[in-house]
Amino acid sequence: MLQVISLLLENKPGALLRVTGLLSARGYNIESLTVARTLDPELSRMTIVVDVDPALRSQVIKQMNKLINVLQAVDLTETPSVCRDMVLVRVRTVQESRTAVLKEAEIFGARVISSAVDGFVLEASGAPEKLEEFIQVMRSYGESDVTRAGTVAMSLETKKLRLQPPVPTRADAKLEQTNGVLNA
Amino acid sequence: MSNLMSGAKMLLECLAKEGVDCFFGYPGGVTLPLYDAIYDHPIRHILVRHEENACFAAEGYARATGKVGVCCATSGPGATNLVTGLVDAMMDSIPIVAITGQVPTKLIGSDAFQEADTFGITRSCTKHNFMVQKLDELQQIVHEAFYIASSGRPGPVLVDIPKDVFLAQGHYAPVNTIHLPGYKVFTEGHAGQIRRAAQMIWDAERPWVYAGGGIIAAGASEELRQLVEIVDMPAVCTLMGLGALSSDHPNFVSMPGMHGSYAANMGMSNCDVMIALGVRFDDRVTGRIAAFAPNAKVIHVDIDPAEIGKNRAPDLPIVGDVKRVLQKMLRNVEELKPANVEKNAASRRAWWKQVRGWKEEHPLARPTSDTEIKPQHLMAEIDRLSGGQAIVTSDVGQHQMWGAQLIRFNEPRLWINSGGLGAMGFGLPSAIGAQFARPDKLVFTIVGDGGFQMSIPELATVASYGLPIKIIVMNNGYLGMIRQWQELFYNNRLCSAQLDCFPDAEKLAGAYGFKGRTIDKPHELASALEEAVREPGPYLLNVRVSPNENVYPMIPAGCAVNEMVLGPPEPVGAA
Repeated sequence: MLQVISLLLENKPGALLRVTGLLSARGYNIESLTVARTLDPELSRMTIVVDVDPALRSQVIKQMNKLINVLQAVDLTETPSVCRDMVLVRVRTVQESRTAVLKEAEIFGARVISSAVDGFVLEASGAPEKLEEFIQVMRSYGESDVTRAGTVAMSLETKKLRLQPPVPTRADAKLEQTNGVLNA
Repeated sequence: MSNLMSGAKMLLECLAKEGVDCFFGYPGGVTLPLYDAIYDHPIRHILVRHEENACFAAEGYARATGKVGVCCATSGPGATNLVTGLVDAMMDSIPIVAITGQVPTKLIGSDAFQEADTFGITRSCTKHNFMVQKLDELQQIVHEAFYIASSGRPGPVLVDIPKDVFLAQGHYAPVNTIHLPGYKVFTEGHAGQIRRAAQMIWDAERPWVYAGGGIIAAGASEELRQLVEIVDMPAVCTLMGLGALSSDHPNFVSMPGMHGSYAANMGMSNCDVMIALGVRFDDRVTGRIAAFAPNAKVIHVDIDPAEIGKNRAPDLPIVGDVKRVLQKMLRNVEELKPANVEKNAASRRAWWKQVRGWKEEHPLARPTSDTEIKPQHLMAEIDRLSGGQAIVTSDVGQHQMWGAQLIRFNEPRLWINSGGLGAMGFGLPSAIGAQFARPDKLVFTIVGDGGFQMSIPELATVASYGLPIKIIVMNNGYLGMIRQWQELFYNNRLCSAQLDCFPDAEKLAGAYGFKGRTIDKPHELASALEEAVREPGPYLLNVRVSPNENVYPMIPAGCAVNEMVLGPPEPVGAA
């Protein structure tokens, strides 16, 4: 089964690579990945769908949470959450099927983005499995090209964000060094 | 107030503010502005002879003191040469900061001379890395780098600085706070869990302490000693943890794992409560994980939440700095003592009897011979001269395992070796770093004839700084551990295991201007080592040991404790 991971991370060069690097270093293939800025422009929200051995899922989340640029990584696979995907489908169709295509599009709540004599470009969004059906239906009408946006997910629970408060630099740290690590 | 200065000077000011007194490096084209600033700066730059060794030396410095070690290399080949050392520091959780030069920002991505994507290359082999894009960021980033390297689970951090940032002029205003909102450091440990752990320890009939490098990183040796004494428990220290509990402490058993002692491994396997402190259940310790400590309830204390349950699911996890956790745990253990001390006293006495029995049954072998120097004999002699006090660095292989088995370390930060990564060529450069960090200490580096030849360039560093390091080559004419595995697991088909050429030690050391000698007779060993120690400067002692000795006990990779091999196979039939 696929794992859905939602991450809140700093919007910095290399941050994306650190997250995906954790997966590729372990040989996991990413099924989909979306990332975009949040309300706070210094942060990004990322959703990753990835095929990870169930026994190793919590390890992957822990490793992601260790990344300095990651504020929070959460496994949404088995928690209350919503997942949506978006797809653009360009379907080439003969004159006689145009009405039927539009009718099907309506059933799936898809919108026509572009219309031409040889077919349409349709936009649909919804649960990933629903879009799968939509794509299959459209392909039955003729040659289709598909671009999927990837899954975006949102937890239905608010998970407390644990952030590190600012700390003084060394010369200003009067007490024993941070965490007793520097016990020279 | 005029405090306009170059980025290079600013970097040095930041290093000074972080308490850096010396750092190890090798100059190159894009770091020339930095070296120009070093010219008249009080921070000492130690010139090594290869960038990889700058990184190892910084690690030696860090491992010997707990302070952050610093190394520096130029762009391109300089930076790529640091990679092995960075991975090594990552595996062993050693705090170092690596500074690399980068081509000017305008040339990045143009395949400029000596350009390499250092930021990309080192992403997965550092705890974190930075590329400074403009001078404004420099100070903040350098202080963040030191903070990340030294806090939480320590590790290597790299800062890549383009040449134009070194050259740019700006105002120096000390940075006083660091804000890394996503950097989670867990220090305190859950009070309820700690109390439950204390009760579990008293409830144990066969308690066992499994202590690792985390004790040393946290400076928790004193707390560890108190814990084992209050409850009177046997304790083992891993390869990374040797010295965390004094080797002379009556409760210290020895090292567990692939080449650990019989008693250490039997104890690990038969205990009912295992108190795992700052360890990561490495495969070299556990063997086949499914068969590891089958009847033990495990208390696992670690500062890194990702270590909890990574290899062995604990019965009682505690995430926190092991020093702080142990401080609290000690209070709980003391409080619970009156009510619990008698409860399992009889079974604990029986447990100790069993552990002592295992120790007597199969002690670590120290064979000697009249005709050839046994490697174990060499280690026993070094141990005699050290008396548990000297810093001993090692390379990787048979000599490392014999050293770990047979040399005592009565304080933390004396045994310095490449544990997780197992990098050959680590011994000599790490000794250089350790000697700079602890000029008062006697420093031995024990290396094999293989690893030594990977670090020969550093003889020049040793000579030019007059470092009184005692370089002991355990020379068996083989890549000994390779030969051992080919003998045992590859039908004795020895392939590329023999090192049939080794330089004349006296001439080699002499060429660098210090003393060297080769010995091969057991009766020469003690006096030759004493001569090396008496020598005020460096000394290269090439000890030709019996070529075919193997390290035992041995738990072959992927096997369990009950498959431990205690010694060489008996010869099968004489006919």
